[in-house]
Amino acid sequence: MSMAAEERSTRAPWALTAPALMLFVGVLLIPLAMTVMLSFHDWGQYKGIEPVFILKNWHEIATDPYYAEMFWRTFRIAILTTLLTALLGAPEAYILNRMSGRWKSFFLLVILGPLLISVVARTLGWALLFGGNNGLVNKLLMSLGAIRSPIPFMFTETGMVVALAHVMMPFMVLSVWAALQRLDPQIENAAMSLGAGPVTIIRRIIMPQIMPGVLSGAIIVFSLSASAFATPAIIGGRRLKVAATLAYDEFLNTLNWPLGAAVATLLLVALVLIVVGSNALIERRYAEVFR
Amino acid sequence: MAYLELDRVAKQFGAQTVVDDFSLAVGKGEFISFLGPSGCGKTTTLQMIAGFLDPTRGAIRLEDKDLTAIHPAKRGLGIVFQSYALFPHMTAAENVAFGLEMRSVPRTERAERVRAALAMVGLAGYEDRHPRRMSGGQQQRVALARALVIKPSVLLLDEPLSNLDAKLREEMQIELRQIQRTIGTTTILVTHDQNEAMSLSDRIVVMSQGKIEQIGTPQETYEKPASAFVSQFLGKTNDFAGTIDRTSAPARLVAGAWSTPAPAGLSGPVTVSIRPERIGFGDAGLGATIVTRIFQGNHWLFQCDSECGPAIVIRQNDGTAQPAEGERVRLTWRPEDMSVRARAGA
Repeated sequence: MSMAAEERSTRAPWALTAPALMLFVGVLLIPLAMTVMLSFHDWGQYKGIEPVFILKNWHEIATDPYYAEMFWRTFRIAILTTLLTALLGAPEAYILNRMSGRWKSFFLLVILGPLLISVVARTLGWALLFGGNNGLVNKLLMSLGAIRSPIPFMFTETGMVVALAHVMMPFMVLSVWAALQRLDPQIENAAMSLGAGPVTIIRRIIMPQIMPGVLSGAIIVFSLSASAFATPAIIGGRRLKVAATLAYDEFLNTLNWPLGAAVATLLLVALVLIVVGSNALIERRYAEVFR
Repeated sequence: MAYLELDRVAKQFGAQTVVDDFSLAVGKGEFISFLGPSGCGKTTTLQMIAGFLDPTRGAIRLEDKDLTAIHPAKRGLGIVFQSYALFPHMTAAENVAFGLEMRSVPRTERAERVRAALAMVGLAGYEDRHPRRMSGGQQQRVALARALVIKPSVLLLDEPLSNLDAKLREEMQIELRQIQRTIGTTTILVTHDQNEAMSLSDRIVVMSQGKIEQIGTPQETYEKPASAFVSQFLGKTNDFAGTIDRTSAPARLVAGAWSTPAPAGLSGPVTVSIRPERIGFGDAGLGATIVTRIFQGNHWLFQCDSECGPAIVIRQNDGTAQPAEGERVRLTWRPEDMSVRARAGA
């Protein structure tokens, strides 16, 4: 190959990806860099934002236990949501995969349902079921004498986990389902012919093979839950803040943009570290299944 | 006495009958092939023996015990699947050990048997490999070892060699036959490959559209095909339309300008089948012209245009001169090499 042709062949991919690359840089990288820079700026009630380089915001986040508690709550909710979706979603995907054609597509739609409904309608629906004394489920349980006081839902972490798990479920189910699709259709028969019972087949044959699917679903659910805004905002309100709602409040209520930027940056960095770290772990652990 | 017995087994899916009236007695240590085109019900029959499907009618007995009443996990059959269905998250040794674990074989004995099984299929030293890091042939051997290590009463092979390339398939055929002979496990092979069925089996069950066409040794099914389907499916054959004329005595079998004394029994329109390698070129016989002549090393393949339609002839390359393309020839064969059947629909 001649020099000119070689040069052209390395230049062509860059030229072809340039439009997308520029869009990516313009709408993602630059705002992100600006947010990080913003987190080092100063802010005062009357002076507003001062473009200086100080560690005031980061120092405040590191020392004030309020932020530690809030981040801990954010990740606790995300972990519980992830566990709940994994525990319900993996069996759900397995059952879905065993259904025959028509039922399969119907129930797939049911599972995708939460994504099609507006977050406000969906969350308020949960509130109608559990919200205070007037919640349908609470009313029913109380009139049956099963509980004395209504199960609290609004402004609780339980409420957030339940509502988040509801909307995150499709990601888990689809992820596990994709893993199930890769299973040899005869694998259960093979295990059965060797003398394995149904429980052993699930535990020894199916589970290890869909585990990568469960874990990649868990990564998606965890990162989306930890950075979720709408559901925690409606259920937690101003009382029970998570990282995303706190950053929002700093930006739009307190107008302390630099502090909000610091919270947002920390959330992003923590999430990237967790996701990249666990992904590397999964890929190493399940190298044989992925290959 | 029959070891494994299928008694008028039938399987229906809705209104569709996939297997019908399937009766077969398999002797202990016998190697049986179910041979037929796809959709003939051979795999369905195998799955009924394995227990993955329940027969709609009929009985399956193993040593006089009703097999259909036993859960598939308790039947103790060894199965090799077309896709091998190895457990990808386990090593070769773990795959082979799985069946023994399910039988609670003690650890030391288990390790010994796994090692022996892998050595038997020529995979000594591959214990710690994962299936995805093995070639198709190696995976196939692991699947075979996994099925055999549990000392199955019957070994079921569902098109086990169809995913291998031609050369490897031939090697595996020989090996499979040797292993089966050595350990003497009763084996049922499902295949659509007539060469595979013929080279491996003691007996072949030729199936078509859910029904048994013929049960016989490879030689029987090849040389005395019970139906047009069998003769077409097992190797190449020439079918000529003819008529048996019983109006004149002695009765004659007439095909075009060619005729011969008629075999006993039949009359009216018939089909005459002759294997291409049993046809020779002679001075008298069915007139034909050589259309193409193909040299294939150890034999010649002729495509002829005969008075009764196209015909193929195979001649051994024994060094004698062969007719050229376009030459007029006469096709001859011994009366015992031709099979005559009543022609359907005429």
